[in-house]
Amino acid sequence: MSDEDYLHIAHVTKRFGAVTAVDDAELSIRRGEFFSLLGPSGCGKTTLLRMIAGFEYPSEGDIFVEGQKITDVPANLRPSNMVFQSYAIFPHLNVFDNIAYGLRKQRLTRTELGARVNDALAMIKLEGFGKRRGDELSGGQRQRVALARALVRRPKVLLLDEPLGALDKRLREAMQIELRQLQKSVGITFLLVTHDQEEALSISDRIAVMSGGVILQVASPRELYEAPNCREVADFIGEMNFFDGTVAGRDGEIATIDAPPLGRLSAVAAGTPGTKVLVALRPEKFTLSGAETPGAIKGTVTAAAYLGDRSHFNIAVAGRSEPVSVASQNAAKTDGHASGDIVFLSWAPDAVVVLAA
Amino acid sequence: MAKKRGRGGLFLYAIFYLAFLYVPVLFLPLFSFNNSVFIAFPLSGFTTQWYAQMFADTAVQQALFNSLRVGAVAALVSTTLALPAAKALTRYRVPGGGAVLALTNLSLFIPEIVLGISLLILLNILTIPLSLWTVTLGHIVICIPFAITVLMSRMEGFDKSLEEASLDLGESGWMTFWRVTFPLVLPGVISSLLLSFMVSFDDFLIAYFLSGNDATLPIYIWGQLRFPYKLPTVLALGAMILVVSTVLVVVAELVRSYGLKDRKHKMVGA
Repeated sequence: MSDEDYLHIAHVTKRFGAVTAVDDAELSIRRGEFFSLLGPSGCGKTTLLRMIAGFEYPSEGDIFVEGQKITDVPANLRPSNMVFQSYAIFPHLNVFDNIAYGLRKQRLTRTELGARVNDALAMIKLEGFGKRRGDELSGGQRQRVALARALVRRPKVLLLDEPLGALDKRLREAMQIELRQLQKSVGITFLLVTHDQEEALSISDRIAVMSGGVILQVASPRELYEAPNCREVADFIGEMNFFDGTVAGRDGEIATIDAPPLGRLSAVAAGTPGTKVLVALRPEKFTLSGAETPGAIKGTVTAAAYLGDRSHFNIAVAGRSEPVSVASQNAAKTDGHASGDIVFLSWAPDAVVVLAA
Repeated sequence: MAKKRGRGGLFLYAIFYLAFLYVPVLFLPLFSFNNSVFIAFPLSGFTTQWYAQMFADTAVQQALFNSLRVGAVAALVSTTLALPAAKALTRYRVPGGGAVLALTNLSLFIPEIVLGISLLILLNILTIPLSLWTVTLGHIVICIPFAITVLMSRMEGFDKSLEEASLDLGESGWMTFWRVTFPLVLPGVISSLLLSFMVSFDDFLIAYFLSGNDATLPIYIWGQLRFPYKLPTVLALGAMILVVSTVLVVVAELVRSYGLKDRKHKMVGA
């Protein structure tokens, strides 16, 4: 074992009756990494997290932490701690006792215990809240206490089940930054489950995208966005224009692809000549111009939305039923095209992603 | 106008309804203070002599003590037995759990006279002599469905991830029960104890079949009804039981719902 597979999910499958919630998941999570499991609800990400926590038992496969198999270790003896979606703050205990809850077995003296809990309270910026009862806290405070309660045990892996889902947007964005900073300062491996792609992109070192119980791609946020490995990932993360294409020829790794109405283009792609492929381009990879430029394709603006920092356009292009979605930064005050304008679309050749059809 | 008249009608209906429920019961305390052995209007005068007589009667005291003992043991045992059952039925997917629950609740509808006779036959077959213990046993049987119902409603009221959080924080299942589950269901436990006690304390039929020479309070009262001159004392006793029962049931309900409404409010606020 190495720091590369600090937490190792080895071919784990979980079935509930006839339903396969997690299908042959294989994952290696690095020591000290902020890793996210991203996917729509019902994709199996929470089931995978609960198997790591010890609340569900895998139908097949094993889970290792630092090379130790923990599959058969009961939940209360595992080296992980969890922040629950509901936070699960004990309502009958005060904040101090909530945080101290998991330290009972360590048989600390009263002063040691007090110091540990007060350090934890300082970490989450809730000094002086020790006497407050669990059911007297706001959503954001409950979330912090849940974090402190788990981290005070110095787990090897901290599991977070949609911990920001219950907060309002502004607080959620502030907590994302705080969570990221906290993770860097404590150096503990964080494993976050979320359905919010922006959250996953902004907070994680690496992300595993899941769908239908299957892990589709494991990559850094930038790689996921710029080089998705399949249509599902490309579609789930951000917005994407898809064009049907056909491999026309190849020169080593580089294939020549006919993708009307974009025309003939070259990109890294697999497949022999004649293979059907999907050519994918993000809305912001296009450049809009009022004047014709070489290689640009002509279109008509059918919808224009001004969004402040950027504008969004739908462009009707000959030879394609769906409009092309284009986003452009409003760098100058006068940038913009109105509905009905004739425009010319160009794109950066290296922004083209070719996927299996 | 029409609306107002409709409201008045409903108001009258409510008055009649409450009167129908409670006026007969109120005759008990009323005549218990009447200075006459005959239960009839007009009232002849105010007295507390029946209460004095009741408190002086050692047989009443013995019967009261018997009832308290049977009620306390029945409440304790039935609540203790119901607690793990309620946890299992609300927390785990128990095979046949639905059937267990249905059978438990069904026993609420078995006529007590049938249950009393059945238990009597069973005890005869086993040649167990009748005593206050057999009465207690019968009372445990009729109290368990009440205890399970009260405890389940409390268990369903709290987030199951609280128990998972306790496991996650290193506590065993046993310690999780004592550090999280029990404190949170405690109001339900108290409520269950009070209700079970009441069920036992009020029961006549089971005690009638299963008691030996020692009488519980209802059995004693039944015995006294043969003597007309003792009737006012019985009324005084009945009035006392009525007051105590009412207080206990109200307390049980207040305790059972303690914290539930409050928490719901907080959830919305959060």
